[in-house]
Amino acid sequence: MIKRSYWSLPYLIFMVMFVVLPLILIAVYAFQDGSGHFTLANITRFFTDSDSLQTFALSIEIAIENTLICILLGYPAAWILANRKLNRSAVTVMLFIMPMWINALMRTLATAELFNMLGFTLGKGTLLFGMVYDYIPFMIYPIYNILMKMDNSYAEAAEDLGATPWKVFWKITVPLSMPGVMSGVLMVFMPTVSTFAISEFLTNNKIKLFGTIIQENINSSMWNYGAALAFIMLLIIGITSLFGDNKETQAEGGLI
Amino acid sequence: MAKDYIIDIQHLSKSFGGVKVLDDINFYIRKGEFITLLGPSGCGKTTLLRQIAGFIAPDEGKILLEGKDISGIPPYERPLNTVFQRYALFPHLDVYDNIAFGLKLQKLAPEEIQKRVKKMLKMVSMTDYEDRSVDSLSGGQQQRVAIARALVNYPKVLLLDEPLAALDLKMRKDMQLELKEIHRKMGITFIYVTHDQEEALTLSDTIVVMNEGKIQQIGTPTDIYNEPVNCFVADFIGESNILKGRMMRDRRVAFIKHEFDCVDEGFGEDVPVDVVVRPEDIYFTTDPAKCQFTAKVNSCIFKGVHYEMWVDTDTGYELMIQDYDPYEVGSEVMLYIDPDDIQVMHKERTRNVFDGKMVDETHVELIGGVFECKAQADLSAGDEVRAEIRFEDVDLLDHQEDGVIAGEVHFLLYKGDHYHLTILTEEGDHIWVDTNDIWDKGDLVGINFKPRGIKLTKKND
Amino acid sequence: MKKVLAKAYLYLLLAMLYAPLLFIAIFSFTESRVLGNWTGFSTKLYVNLFSGGMNGGSSLLAAVENTLLIALISAAFATLLGTVAAIGIYNLKGRKKAAMQFLNNIPMINPDIITGVSLFLLFVFLHVSQGYATVVLAHITFCTPYVVLSVMPRLAQMNPNIYEAALDLGATPAQALRKVLIPELRPGMISGFILAFTMSLDDFAVTFFTRGTIGLETLSTYIYADARKGGLTPELRPLMTIIFLIVLILLVVMNMRREKMNKTN
Repeated sequence: MIKRSYWSLPYLIFMVMFVVLPLILIAVYAFQDGSGHFTLANITRFFTDSDSLQTFALSIEIAIENTLICILLGYPAAWILANRKLNRSAVTVMLFIMPMWINALMRTLATAELFNMLGFTLGKGTLLFGMVYDYIPFMIYPIYNILMKMDNSYAEAAEDLGATPWKVFWKITVPLSMPGVMSGVLMVFMPTVSTFAISEFLTNNKIKLFGTIIQENINSSMWNYGAALAFIMLLIIGITSLFGDNKETQAEGGLI
Repeated sequence: MAKDYIIDIQHLSKSFGGVKVLDDINFYIRKGEFITLLGPSGCGKTTLLRQIAGFIAPDEGKILLEGKDISGIPPYERPLNTVFQRYALFPHLDVYDNIAFGLKLQKLAPEEIQKRVKKMLKMVSMTDYEDRSVDSLSGGQQQRVAIARALVNYPKVLLLDEPLAALDLKMRKDMQLELKEIHRKMGITFIYVTHDQEEALTLSDTIVVMNEGKIQQIGTPTDIYNEPVNCFVADFIGESNILKGRMMRDRRVAFIKHEFDCVDEGFGEDVPVDVVVRPEDIYFTTDPAKCQFTAKVNSCIFKGVHYEMWVDTDTGYELMIQDYDPYEVGSEVMLYIDPDDIQVMHKERTRNVFDGKMVDETHVELIGGVFECKAQADLSAGDEVRAEIRFEDVDLLDHQEDGVIAGEVHFLLYKGDHYHLTILTEEGDHIWVDTNDIWDKGDLVGINFKPRGIKLTKKND
Repeated sequence: MKKVLAKAYLYLLLAMLYAPLLFIAIFSFTESRVLGNWTGFSTKLYVNLFSGGMNGGSSLLAAVENTLLIALISAAFATLLGTVAAIGIYNLKGRKKAAMQFLNNIPMINPDIITGVSLFLLFVFLHVSQGYATVVLAHITFCTPYVVLSVMPRLAQMNPNIYEAALDLGATPAQALRKVLIPELRPGMISGFILAFTMSLDDFAVTFFTRGTIGLETLSTYIYADARKGGLTPELRPLMTIIFLIVLILLVVMNMRREKMNKTN
């Protein structure tokens, strides 16, 4: 009998070829010049170019703001959705999840057009609003999920021990739902930093985010500098995913 | 080899990740027998069953089926069928198709399949259920389907892996009777795995008691109950008083600081032994001539059929007694034990023995830790030594980090005036301890040896 | 009172989420080329979209076709690869299992742009000319992890003895796989396929970087190019409305199916 653990081999080979090797190539290209020699110039260029640094700082700022707003608006929504006394409708839950299934570009474009018609000037304000609009389902869903799975007896035990509903919420529900918040952060923060089409649509290309300059460099054949920027982004992903529990991102897998 | 052995297991061993799960297992099974592999979880009984079924290959040894070694044959070619612990019915098939699964694979004629499936359904009293989805059945019904699914193939041996464990008590009792009846009707050899000693006693022709990968005892239910060969079997099967004793001479044994007549011979004179007395075998009497010792009743609980009482003997031991009549707590009672009811067992060990190495004059390295010992003038650093430590010279500490080495309480026996514990260290060694402190199974402990209690001798190769 | 407030909050958020989509849907039923300008009810944009007539309608339909075809092929391959992989990973132990699960997580944690750029560099590095095939390969890459994650819970829920029971009853490993294992995993495989399919439909960045210069357009890249040109092709409005409705119906159907399943269990 062939051991069934060997069935993971084709996938392993595939993943090494199409995930690991490409990521290594980002690092390789990041430390090469146009003729293939080792150089640190691409990295130093980023740290000495004030435009790049400013874009980077702005991206991080907007990503943080977007993430915070998503938590502030999304957590109460998830909590209400998961609360049997306040919401019993599966349809409402579905309506919150549905936008995740529709092409993000389409939704963003629709938002941008709506802003246009309403006569708003496209800029940072509309960008942030559009980002929240795009990403809030990704925050609500994991939090909702973890709140639904949470054993009600924790809350009951706390009440039994004399905690008011308010205390129960802050001392029990919130701490226990943190993994859901963390995976929401993972699903909102990095995509915000890295997106390019969305920011272009929502600001009429006035505000560039980090993703945009990566895209511009790659598309104008500045592969090495583009790779260096992507490498820096990879480092940030490494750091942010240290804060989140990787397993929680799997929540998305159970969507259907 | 006798002709009526259907299965003969020879020198079977199996390790998982360096841990020996089965250690040189040898036994045979007679044709048509109902044999039970009995033991606590982790004793290796399920591994043994799965090797017979063919799901696990043995590291060493052979499994003979009617004289032929089947160790290399895949499960689907073995003429054996299994009833799995949680039934393992196929959820996407209905009752009929579940039972017909094996027959269809054999490509039997549809009429033959139908005939056999219906016959089986009738035997397990599930005639009207053939179109039902298996998810809609109760636990007991699923169990019946699982049994029918295995038996419909007319296997030479039916293997049952804790088949009743998931059922509630009442249902379990009913199913036990039914299993016994099916066994009688079909005449097929049953190998049954369970951790429930009562179930084993009820069902089996023969019981194989296992612990830690080894066979402890093989025998009929009455043999095993009345004449356990060691403390483990005595403790595992039924209730018992297990006590330290001393064989004075043939037919005379001392325990609880009294001497008793018994029926055992051949132990030698003045030899330490273990003694088992079942709680129903200690009798109350009002006749001073019959009285062997007196005690004070400490507690008395009604258990349905009998009363369970704990008494303190005049010599300071605690004994459990079961009797149909209650005795008042606090009252002084006279007691006696029939010679027939005293089961004397060889002591498996009288002290801990470890191999080790001297670190310096006052320290010795044993089982993964460095222990302080008495100054050893005749030993120098690096010497290979053998250490002997009496059970009472082992100290157990509440916190693992306070001990020289750490371990877990693995098994415990109450011996009337103290506890005898088996500690499993983190490195996988066993240490036996006598203590008056109360520990529970699974407690994490730190372990120390009393320096004066470590007796060292130099090893001569 | 508390309930009213809570409901109000939810509906407010929903209104925000759906306003742009509704806005597009309403204006899909008028002829005006400028969005927001209502010139009376008309289904002309729908007719245009499907007849392929007028401004760019045909290239839009071609983009939709490409999108669907790429999603179908990628999801099919991803389902096959992912199911086999899930069975393998499930049977791994300890560190090897953790390593494979970690590997499986990488494409899901990576933002699209990283996946896109890294695969772009791979194809450049290997001198593979980019086009349809590279886009499909790229889509399989980021879709498969979702299939693995959909199939794994089915494996975990499955009675571990089921496969052995089939062997015990005389099925060869191949028969046991076909007659017992696959039927058991099918729901996971189906949801994995659907997930992979929508992931692929949704994708913009990865396609953008791996499609090369042969002019391959999917719906996303079409919209992107369109938006950069400044004007929104009016026929996109009916298309968006239709997609919106399809997703809505699909989700409702799946939800109902799930609730039915929950009830029977």
